[in-house]
Amino acid sequence: MINVTAKYFAVFREKTGKESEVLLTSAATAGDLFTEVATRHLFSDPMLRCKVAINDELAGWDSGISEGDIVLFFPPVAGG
Amino acid sequence: MSRSNFKITNEPIDIAVLNQTLRDDSAGAYASFEGWVRNLNDGKNVNSLDYEAHGVVATNEGEKILIEAIDRYKLLAATSFHRIGHLEIGDCAVWVGVSAPHRGPAFDGCRYIIDELKQRLPIWKKEHYQDGDSDWINCLTAKD
Repeated sequence: MINVTAKYFAVFREKTGKESEVLLTSAATAGDLFTEVATRHLFSDPMLRCKVAINDELAGWDSGISEGDIVLFFPPVAGG
Repeated sequence: MSRSNFKITNEPIDIAVLNQTLRDDSAGAYASFEGWVRNLNDGKNVNSLDYEAHGVVATNEGEKILIEAIDRYKLLAATSFHRIGHLEIGDCAVWVGVSAPHRGPAFDGCRYIIDELKQRLPIWKKEHYQDGDSDWINCLTAKD
């Protein structure tokens, strides 16, 4: 088990009611962690339409996560 | 040497100043794109909207897109500013400008940049409607 910080933006922040939370997790990848939080917070957007960044760097869903990482969950984007 | 300049800003975009930064004696073409806030989306009357971004990731990714465009289309310079915060109908939400030796690469490079920005930047838009409702929009539901 590792401790990571999950950060939420836009609709994810509204659904969770918080900007971030520290999680004790057995998730090995960013995608595993997304599945965990999406289930708990009832996210409706499919993972593949969302993005993830680890420690401020965009990452793939299969990227590994480590103790102390800050994992940013981005809902579907809408720039422009 | 080619120049790129991407910025997330909560200030109005001063286009007259920005397009001068693209000047180059070897440039025969300049192309730009402005994205404006419009009053209708998906059949709903929009009053205003709020943009939110992750500043660090959006700025790094935006800069990467400009450099990709410069390399791919042999641009002389590329600049793009994207607004965050509260915007009203008609406000410029995003501006892209490029200079190149000829018009073809200028048009193509400008198009590449705005298309990639819309897909890749962690920026979110919440529309406020005339009926008092509001909703988050994403690029798969937005038409343009």
